[in-house]
Amino acid sequence: MDTSTSGGSQTSNPDQKVVSIKNVHKVFNSGSGDAVVALQDINLEIGANEFVSLTGPSGCGKSTLLRLIADLLQPTAGQLLVNGKPPHQARQDRDYGFVFQAATLYDWRSVSQNVQLPLEIMGYSPRERAERARAMLKLVELEKFADHHPWQLSGGMQQRVAIARALAFEPALLLMDEPFGALDEFTRERMNMELLNIWGKAGGTIIFVTHSIPEAVFLSSRVVVMSPRPGRITKVTNIDLPRPRNFETREDPRFFAAVTEVRESLREAYGV
Amino acid sequence: MSDSQPDTSDKRYAISDKSAALSRLRYYLPTLVVAVAVLLAWELIVRVFDIKQFLIPKPTSILEAFADQQSILFDKAFNTLRSAFGGFALGSAGGILMALVTARWVMLRQAMMPFAIAANSVPIIAFSPILFNWFGPSNPFSWMAIVAVIVFFPVMINMVRGLVEVDASALEMMRSYAASDFKILFALRIPNALPFLFSALRVATVLSMIGAVVADFFGVERATIGKYITQESASFRFENTWAAILLVSVIGIAFYLVVAVAERSVMPWHVSVRKAE
Repeated sequence: MDTSTSGGSQTSNPDQKVVSIKNVHKVFNSGSGDAVVALQDINLEIGANEFVSLTGPSGCGKSTLLRLIADLLQPTAGQLLVNGKPPHQARQDRDYGFVFQAATLYDWRSVSQNVQLPLEIMGYSPRERAERARAMLKLVELEKFADHHPWQLSGGMQQRVAIARALAFEPALLLMDEPFGALDEFTRERMNMELLNIWGKAGGTIIFVTHSIPEAVFLSSRVVVMSPRPGRITKVTNIDLPRPRNFETREDPRFFAAVTEVRESLREAYGV
Repeated sequence: MSDSQPDTSDKRYAISDKSAALSRLRYYLPTLVVAVAVLLAWELIVRVFDIKQFLIPKPTSILEAFADQQSILFDKAFNTLRSAFGGFALGSAGGILMALVTARWVMLRQAMMPFAIAANSVPIIAFSPILFNWFGPSNPFSWMAIVAVIVFFPVMINMVRGLVEVDASALEMMRSYAASDFKILFALRIPNALPFLFSALRVATVLSMIGAVVADFFGVERATIGKYITQESASFRFENTWAAILLVSVIGIAFYLVVAVAERSVMPWHVSVRKAE
């Protein structure tokens, strides 16, 4: 995130990792007969202004890992730090924005009021709320729909509103849990482009969970491949495709090479 | 058409207005036709087969009785209506308050809900004599208490459901903002509960009319619709009984419509309302 729009949550230490995960384990129903090891021995560090994707098949724990970072779940063992703080503190400090698979807009609020929701909770003045909502809707190119209601928008537009809402308080860290998973392929590719545009303008760190290897490769600077039973990180691949990335990127042989590399590492993890 | 701008736009408006009225007419026409057909058939059958007045009076005799008894009926309806509205207000307010309290504390809810559901399935009207005994056989509050008890449980149970059955990711989102329980209640749970609440309130309008008339049967106050119905039936003036039933039904429907209109204005965003827009 460029300094002019930073929420002030970054510390002055430039070496400070945005997210640092050490030996984290997560067991659901621990102690009971049907205990499930969702995550085993996770180690990962994510620096400022990185775009990192977590990918892997269902049950690999990628959404769980994202929720541990967000303090929506707590680890069974190990240490997590967000901006150098325990996740609980980071959540209280509103260090991150979260975008869910469902847009999760409130039907009883207009588009603009939905974007203002976090600002309302955080005690911004009505004027500043309205101003920021306008700016954020402009960012996602929905300023004309400010007074519409969520049900009047398409799925892709709703998810753009959700992104505007997550960015409204300008968090330096954006956590996205399969935000485009419910969209059709064409809309998804367009949303990928738009997300990169928004990221280019707003900056910051993004951690992005997805099922789709091409999506992960297209967006990310690093792709973290995970595998299930127990959920663990099997490989981290750097994606060195040049930026800005656009529709031509998807036809670039280097793009295919990177997709293949990630796919291979997923296959290795399965032993097929 | 483009010669006189304001004129054409006015005309266009008038046309669209007229077509809206037409489509509304088309929507209600089948209902109207059925109503008229049933009334005609009723009138004809009673006349042709010479059915005795005390079994089923003709619709025209009921209307005649209504016109004849109008001032008496309206007088008595006042007391019955007061019981219905007062009990409705007390019962729904109590149900909403109780729901807010039980929804907040999981332990309390788990302890209370089975009893609320059990109480809801008990024929509460059977408690009427007990309530009259508690509050006094001529105290207007006794009537209201009977209505309130009938209204209370469906309102409470539905409101609790609306407050508790919140989309999991909507709740996670509020948590991600570190929102207080208070803010979650007002920004998420209460709006989420409104559709549940209003469907309960609509049912409660009908229940409160039933409760008020039944309470009339048990109370000592004579100037009520319930008492009028028992009296006139005992004297075989069934056309008057029917006229009283007609009045109570019309009031019940009006009450229901008032709540339905309130629902539309309170939550114009809801699916059930959107389509009608």
